Amino acid sequence: MEGNKNITELGKILGYALVIMFAFVGFTKFGIPLVIPEAPPVEEKITGAMTKEQFVAMGDKIFHGKGTCTLCHSPVGGRAPLLDGVATRAPERIKDPRYKGKAKSGEEYIRESMMEPSAYVVAGFGKPGTNDSVSPMPQINKGSIGLSDVEINSVIAYFQNAGGIPVTVPLPTGAAPAPAAGGAEAAAPKPAATAAEAFNKFGCVTCHKVPGVEEAGELGPDLTKVAKLAGSRKPGYSAQEYVIESILKPNAYVVKGFDPDIMPGDLGDKITMSEMNLIVNALLGKK
Amino acid sequence: MLNGFGENMKVENMLQKLKKQLLQNCPLVCGSVAVLALLMVVSITPFGAGTGNATLKSALDMVSVQQAWANEAPAAAPAAPAVAAAAPAAKAEAGKPGEKAPEGWQPIAPPKLELKDYPVVKGFNSRITVWFIAQLHLFFGAFVLAVPIFVWLIEIAGYTTKDIRYDHMAHELLKVAMTGFSIAASFGGLLTMALIVFYPQLMGYLASIFGKVMIYYALAFFVESFFLYTYYYGWDKMTDGNSKRIHIGLGLGLNLAGIFLMMVSNSWASFMMAPSGIDDAGVFKGDVWAAMNGHLWNPINIHRFVANIAYGGSVCGAYSAYKFLTAKTPQEKAHYDWMGYTAFFIAIIGLIPLPFAGYWLTKEIYDYSQQMGITLMGGAFAWLFILQAVLIGAIFLSANYYLWCSLGRSEGSKRYTFMIKPMGIVIVGAFLAWFTPHTLVMNSKELIQIGGAHHPLLGKLGVMAAKNTAVNLLLITTFAGFQIFKRSSIAAKGDGFWAQNGTYVQIGLYAAAISNVLFLGIYSYYLPASVRIGLSVPQVCTTLTVLFVSSIIDMKIFKEKQTVGEVQWGNMPVRSQYALFTLTIGFTWLMGLMGYVRSAIRQHWHVYTVMRDNSADAFTPTLPYAATVVTCIVIIFIALVLFMFWMPELASKKKTSGNH
Repeated sequence: MEGNKNITELGKILGYALVIMFAFVGFTKFGIPLVIPEAPPVEEKITGAMTKEQFVAMGDKIFHGKGTCTLCHSPVGGRAPLLDGVATRAPERIKDPRYKGKAKSGEEYIRESMMEPSAYVVAGFGKPGTNDSVSPMPQINKGSIGLSDVEINSVIAYFQNAGGIPVTVPLPTGAAPAPAAGGAEAAAPKPAATAAEAFNKFGCVTCHKVPGVEEAGELGPDLTKVAKLAGSRKPGYSAQEYVIESILKPNAYVVKGFDPDIMPGDLGDKITMSEMNLIVNALLGKK
Repeated sequence: MLNGFGENMKVENMLQKLKKQLLQNCPLVCGSVAVLALLMVVSITPFGAGTGNATLKSALDMVSVQQAWANEAPAAAPAAPAVAAAAPAAKAEAGKPGEKAPEGWQPIAPPKLELKDYPVVKGFNSRITVWFIAQLHLFFGAFVLAVPIFVWLIEIAGYTTKDIRYDHMAHELLKVAMTGFSIAASFGGLLTMALIVFYPQLMGYLASIFGKVMIYYALAFFVESFFLYTYYYGWDKMTDGNSKRIHIGLGLGLNLAGIFLMMVSNSWASFMMAPSGIDDAGVFKGDVWAAMNGHLWNPINIHRFVANIAYGGSVCGAYSAYKFLTAKTPQEKAHYDWMGYTAFFIAIIGLIPLPFAGYWLTKEIYDYSQQMGITLMGGAFAWLFILQAVLIGAIFLSANYYLWCSLGRSEGSKRYTFMIKPMGIVIVGAFLAWFTPHTLVMNSKELIQIGGAHHPLLGKLGVMAAKNTAVNLLLITTFAGFQIFKRSSIAAKGDGFWAQNGTYVQIGLYAAAISNVLFLGIYSYYLPASVRIGLSVPQVCTTLTVLFVSSIIDMKIFKEKQTVGEVQWGNMPVRSQYALFTLTIGFTWLMGLMGYVRSAIRQHWHVYTVMRDNSADAFTPTLPYAATVVTCIVIIFIALVLFMFWMPELASKKKTSGNH
C-alpha cells in the first residue's frame, strides 16, 4: 500500500511536470513569432564578369546579410552610425583632425573603416571609456564575418551607388581567381539544377539512353524504359528503391546482357541528395 | 515562406525511409537517449517547419547520398592525423623549427573542416545526441556541485547552534545527492565518448590546447571522490569535537574539488565562445592559462555558481515536497515541511543575485564582441528573452505563492495576510512589464516576419528601463515576503528604539527604495540606450541596500522577541508543495533554454571566429525546435530525479525491516 502511494505521488508529480512543460512549449510555439535564424553564410561566388548593377546588388545582399552590418548600423538600437551617405561623407572624414588612418580617397576610407574600424570613430560611438578612440566594430575581413576582398569591394560599390557617386572599385572581370582567394571551396562543382544537367554531370549519357537527353550510349541499359521495369526488377524493392540502389551499388543487380563492373561504384560519394532526387524523378517519369 | 521543400517531397520521403531504416537497425543497447534522439530527428522537422525545410534543403546540396545512406560511416580521417597535418603550420608560427616543445601538447592551427570530417554513426544525429547528453550531464553536475555547498553550510549551522536537526537535514540532502553523483558521472563518461566519436577534430583541437588541464580535470575526480565518500560515510562516525571539525574540513575539500571541476570545464565552454590567446589568423599562441583565462570565464563561473545554488536548492525543495506528500506521520510531515522551507530559502538566496550575474555576463559578452552581444539580445534570439521572462515570472510567482502559503503555518501571521494582495499585484505587474517586448534588433527579413519593431504603447514597457525596474521591484517584493514570513510568529519585545520603531524605519526604507527604483526607471527611459543601461547599477544597488539593511534592522528589532503563535511545521496545503515542484521544473527548463542560447550564439562556429562548424547541423535551431529538445531532456531528467528520490527509500526499507 505504502509503495503504491509513493508510486501514485511520483506519477502525479510527473504528470504535473508534463503539463507545466507543455505550457512552456505551447507558449514558445504559439505565443511568440517564429524567427528563423539565418543559415550559415557562404562566400559569394564570382562566376564571371559582373556588371556594376550586379556588383552593387551583391554588396546590398552582403550588407543586409552575411556582413551582419545592419545588426548595429540601423535605426533600431542606434549602436552604430547610419551609413546612408557614407560614400559622400568619406572624403570629409579623412580631413577630420581625429582621423588616424592612411586613406587618400573616399573608397580607401570606406575600406579602411571596415578593416581597421578604429582609424576613425564617429563621435558617440566609441567603446565606453575610450573617448571615442576605439571602435567596438569587429574587423570585417577577419573573425566571424570574414568577408573576402571582392565582397568588401561589392559593399563599397553598394555604398557608392547609394550615395549617387561613381563606383570606383574594380568590377569582377571573370578572370580566374588567385589560388589563395579561390581555395578548394571555389573548385567544388556546382550542384546540378536540372535532371539533364545531372545526367551530363555524372556522365550517365556516355553509356545509357536517358529520358530527355539526345546523346546516348549503349554500354548500359536503356533507361527510358526503366519507369516501367524498375518496380518488378527485385522482389521487395519499389521502383524508387531499385533505381537508388542501382546508382549507389551498380553491381547489386546487373541487367541481363550487360557486364558488371562497368558502371562506376563511387557515385554515392559525388552525387547530392538533390541531384539524386532529380535523376530518380526523371527516370521514373515523375514531376 | 520557404515552400521550396514541396518540390523536394521525394527527397523527404527518402529521408524518412532512411530514418526508418536506421531506426529499425538501431540496436537496443543504444538505449533510450539514442532512440529519443532519433525520434527527435523525425519529430522536430514538422514542429519547426520553416527551419527544418530550409536547412534540409541546404543540407541536401551538401550531403552526399552515400553519406546519408551509409549504415556505418567512419570518420573520413581520424583526429590524430588531421591534427598532425595541421600542426606544422602552427608550429612554424608558434616557434622556431627544431625548438624543443615545452609540453606534450602543441597548440595547433584550427583545422578547416568539411562535411566528410564529421562521422556519421548509424542511428544517431550527432548534435542532438551530444545536446541531450551534455545537458543531462550539466543538470546533474550542477545539482551535485551545489548540494555539498549548502550541505556543508547547514552542517556548520548545526555545529555552531548545536541544533542536531540541521545536521540530520544536511546528511539527508547529501544522501539524495549521492545517487546524483553516480548519474552525473555516467553522463560525463557518455559525453566524453560522444564528443570523441561525433566531433573528433574539435576534440583534437581542444585537447591540443587544454590537454594538460584535461588530465588534471580527470585527476580531480579522484580527489573529489575521496572527499565525497569520506564526508558521506564519515558523517555518523565524526559527530563531535575534533572529529566533527575534521568532518567539516572534508566537506570543505569536497566543495573546493567541485568548484575546481566546474571552473575547469567552464574554461572550455568559455574558450569556445570567446577564444583567447589566439592571433588574427586564429592560431593559438598563448599557454593554457591564456586559453582558460578568457574574457567570459569568470562571468560564466560566477553565473553558474550562483545558478547552481538556486538550482540545487530547488531540486532539494522538490525532494522535500515529495517526502512531504508521501509522509506517513505528522512528525515526518513537519520534518519535510521544514526541510522544504530551508531548501526553498536556499533556492531564493541563489535566485536573487542571479539576474545581476546574468547582466554582468551579458555585458562582458557585449564587451568581447558587440556582434555576439547583439546576436544574443536581438535578431533571432530576442524572443527567447521574452520566454525567459515568462519562466522567471513563473518561478517568482510560485516562490511568492509558497511564501504566502507559509503564512498559514502560524496564527500570528494573520497580522500580515492583508499584504498578500498588494504584493501579488506588484509581482504580476512587474512580470507583465518584464515580458512585454519592445524594440528588437532585427534585419529587414525578421522585421517583416514580426510585423513591426514595437507596439506604440506597450512597447514603452519593453525597453531596459522598464525591465530593470520590473526585476528590481520583483526582487524587493519577494524579499518583503520573506521578511513578513520570518516575523509571522514573533513580535518584538522591550521598549528599545529598534523594537519600537524598527518596523517604521523598514517601511521608510522600502518606500524610499521603491521610489528610487521607479524614478531611475522612468528617468532612464528618456535617456539614450547606451546611457540608460548605466542606470541599472544604482537600481541594483538600491535593491541590495534594502536586502542588507533591512536584514540588519530585523536582527535589531528581534534581538529580544516573544512568540505570537508557534510555527506549525507540516501545516501546509498540498498545493504549496506543487509550488515547489513548479520552482524546480521552471529552473530546470530555464537552464536548458539558456544552455541552448549560450551555445547557439556561437552560430556556425565550434570555436567562435576560429574553427567553423561545417557539419550538416551547423544551422542555428529555431526557438520551438530548441524548446522541444529541451522539453525532452527535462522529461528524462525529471524521470531520473524521481528515481533518485525513490532510491534512498529502498535502503531505508531494508533498514526498517532489519530493525524489526
